[in-house]
Amino acid sequence: MSVQVRRSPLRSFGKLCAILFYLCFALFPIYWLVKISVTPDQLVYTEGTKLWPSTATLGNFGKVIFQTDFLIFFRNSLFVSLSTAAVTTLIAAAGGYAFSRFEFSGKRILVALLLLTQMFPLLMIIAPIYRIVAALGLLNSLPSLILVYTAFNIPFATFLMQSFFDGIPKDLEDAAMMDGCSRFQALRKVILPLTLPGLGATLGFIFTAAWSEILFALMLIRSNDAMTFPVGLLTFVSKFSVDWGQMMAAGVLALVPSCIFFIFIQKYLVQGLTSGAVKG
Amino acid sequence: MARLELRDIGKSYGTMEVLRDINLSVADGEFIVLVGPSGCGKSTLLRMIAGLEPITHGELLIDGRRMNDAAPRDRDIAMVFQSYALYPHMDVARNMGFSMEIRGARAEERRSKVAAAAKTLGLDVLTERLPKALSGGQRQRVAMGRAIVRDPQAFLFDEPLSNLDAALRVEMRLEIARLHHRLGATMVYVTHDQVEALTLADRIVVMNGGIVQQVGTPLELYDTPANRFVAQFIGSPTMNVLPASREGGDVRLSNGALISLEGLEGPVAELGIRPEHLDLADPDNATFTGSADVVEHLGSDTNIYAQIDGIGPLMVRQHGHVALRAGDRLGIVVQPERVHAFDATGARINS
Amino acid sequence: MTTFTNKAPGGTRARTSLYWRYLVEPYLYLTPAILLIALVMLFPLIVGISYSFQTVNLLHLDKGGWAGLSNYADLWADRKFWLALENTLVWTFGSVFFQFTLGLGLALLLNTRFPGRRVFQALVFLPWAVPTFLTALIWAWLFNPVIGPLPHWLAAVGALSEPYNILGDPELAIWGPITANIWYGVPFFAITLLAALQSIPSELYEAAEIDGATAWQSFTKITLPFLAPMIAITVMLRTIWIANFADLIFIMTAGGPANSTQILSTYVFTTAFKKLDFGYASTIAVALLGLLFIYAALVLALRRKFVKV
Ligand SMILES: Nc1ncnc2c1ncn2[C@@H]1O[C@H](COP(=O)(O)OP(=O)(O)O)[C@@H](O)[C@H]1O
Ligand SMILES: [Mg+2]
Repeated sequence: MSVQVRRSPLRSFGKLCAILFYLCFALFPIYWLVKISVTPDQLVYTEGTKLWPSTATLGNFGKVIFQTDFLIFFRNSLFVSLSTAAVTTLIAAAGGYAFSRFEFSGKRILVALLLLTQMFPLLMIIAPIYRIVAALGLLNSLPSLILVYTAFNIPFATFLMQSFFDGIPKDLEDAAMMDGCSRFQALRKVILPLTLPGLGATLGFIFTAAWSEILFALMLIRSNDAMTFPVGLLTFVSKFSVDWGQMMAAGVLALVPSCIFFIFIQKYLVQGLTSGAVKG
Repeated sequence: MARLELRDIGKSYGTMEVLRDINLSVADGEFIVLVGPSGCGKSTLLRMIAGLEPITHGELLIDGRRMNDAAPRDRDIAMVFQSYALYPHMDVARNMGFSMEIRGARAEERRSKVAAAAKTLGLDVLTERLPKALSGGQRQRVAMGRAIVRDPQAFLFDEPLSNLDAALRVEMRLEIARLHHRLGATMVYVTHDQVEALTLADRIVVMNGGIVQQVGTPLELYDTPANRFVAQFIGSPTMNVLPASREGGDVRLSNGALISLEGLEGPVAELGIRPEHLDLADPDNATFTGSADVVEHLGSDTNIYAQIDGIGPLMVRQHGHVALRAGDRLGIVVQPERVHAFDATGARINS
Repeated sequence: MTTFTNKAPGGTRARTSLYWRYLVEPYLYLTPAILLIALVMLFPLIVGISYSFQTVNLLHLDKGGWAGLSNYADLWADRKFWLALENTLVWTFGSVFFQFTLGLGLALLLNTRFPGRRVFQALVFLPWAVPTFLTALIWAWLFNPVIGPLPHWLAAVGALSEPYNILGDPELAIWGPITANIWYGVPFFAITLLAALQSIPSELYEAAEIDGATAWQSFTKITLPFLAPMIAITVMLRTIWIANFADLIFIMTAGGPANSTQILSTYVFTTAFKKLDFGYASTIAVALLGLLFIYAALVLALRRKFVKV
């Protein structure tokens, strides 16, 4: 697949430079986050802009975890993101299965509708959503966030799941039905086990999306004990605006779950994003 | 075992009609082969019998009971797929026993049946492998084993051998023939390979463009094809077809030769002559004269591609060795009792 | 459906049951998705559009009711709206241009062979996994002269007269979020373009090489034409997405200083979030939607004209 390039020293050098440039550009900000998070408080102002502090500490992490509301935020976010990912994946798997396996009237319209929801500004509905949620008395509740996030992510997840189902031969289902399965049994016993990697990738995508959503969370959640991580971190920023080490430590901790999922879904990125579903 | 009856079966996708007026009854224990060029609707018909594809029109009866709306699992039919469709996440034994697992059979009953089937198919040492660790031939056997284990009323095969190499194909063809002999089950077998059709079938159904062209035993199709399509589809090498016209009770060819045929009804447009029903003769009193274009020596037979004066290309097959070389002059005579006459629509018009 | 009309004689309900299953079954699987999208996205969308014709302000609930086109009249006269529109263009096209250029470069690089390519790919794609709020915070910190190195470096190369925070400078502030956005978005373009690159049959390159094409000729004569349709659609979708993308700016500058980084989508959000003026927020949103619609129609028309597929 790769392009064979004739070797010339100049070209190799250029390529090396490009590789280094992209590496530095991608990693430097993350490196900086980690660096400040391990810089002791008293050194931040004197050595804040040095490449590495003269002494490093993990004290900031301890303080963030034990002396702030960090754990509450973290737990809320984990709950919201995991629930969103689970519910969305379930619903999207059903929808993707229907798109992959059936020809039916209205299919084109539905696909167009789902694509459309990927286009319009989501902020457009922030006001109506707020009023509806408020009218239902669900402000400051995590389930309302889960509901909203699930709906937002369903279109993308459905297309993603469809591409995974499309990769499984239809003959397998037919064979299972000949072997005595109902369509649903065929789905459960034959198709689902084969889609597990796809389900995992979808879970990962949705988890990351829900984990980083902030604007709707800001709007719908105002009380401290229902705040998700991004919202909570923003309050950190205004409250502890001098305590750089703690904020960065919290930031590093926020990065961990996303990165774990990222490593898992990395190899599906190219596959998933080429199959008609194009979204950040 | 089961009788199948197809009455006026038709199939459309939207406004596109892919099958029309299919009437066929399959006797208990009969081996029926559906042949036809690719895209003629064989798989669709098979899948409608299986219940995997809804029937647009007509009726399907199994043992006299109407089955149009029965789900596949209620029809008690097994199917072997062209792609084998083995479950990639199950080992050979579980693949073969899956249908019993679904029906809730006891584990030891399952195991003994799977073991028996695996033994007949020579798979006993492979039962713990996953499909991806099997060769093409072994996969094919597992797919057959999966069908056998169920002990169904009828077997359906959709081009089961087309993904195998030539030698394996012959071997598996024999295996299927033996299987049919042993089980005595009703079988419907789809192929586009006429050799498979001729060797396996009790009766063959020739299809083209979604329509049944002829149903008959292999010899009936060979000896009295109903139309030009069947005549050319069945038999190898392909039948020669020459333009012709009727002259009284005889038929005149474009080189002027006159052939007398029995039982002619209606105007003649073409004559069909199988290569093996032509004989080499002295050019002076032959029906056709011309020169050899290419000569293929196959050992048991000799194929001669000739250029006939006033007609064009003609193929002749002779038994054994013929001392003929490209460029040689030759004469050819016809066995008139084995000539087929077709009218302008392609229908056969002699008895 | 014709299937129902040409029933065979003696047709009963059972006769249609298989069809019924084939027609209705997919909707059983799709119902949850359709319901949720209708309730949580489409219905509020319609409500939101209707808000733009009403006075809806949670701080002044007494003054509700239909307001005709007065919101739109206010919008037309709103200097901040026009400024935000201008900023939206800078933000969107600035981000897309650099994301695309750098993303294409990265994709081409990843499409070659070199030792450690897989690890390299995982590392350079990493920014895409960083939650957006964290991306915003990290870059805000990097631009802060107290703890971030960027102002010092910029001053050292003479781009800034002294190390100060450009996020506080109305002239330069918008380039802060744009930089963060480029960092965040390059992997996306690289991934999509890489996938497209890998779908180009390698025989094409081999044939070109046998015909004596240089690497540059292969690039312009094979790679680009092959990628063009993909590029057109990706860039269009991405442009729309970025125009709607308010998170980075809201967290880094909240539209300030002096509205110099306010784009339409952040303007929608701050109007709804801080002023609770839902009527006016919806009006801005409808305007944004209309502009995006025009843009998409324009791009599709151009594409039809220039890309022959
Ligand atoms: N799902 C479908 N939708 C529309 N047309 C189809 C569908 N499945 C098969 N066909 C058409 O029906 C015809 C018969 O197909 P098939 O039964 O697979 O042929 P065969 O097995 O004889 O090669 C073909 O022309 C094919 O294009
Ligand atoms: Mg077929």
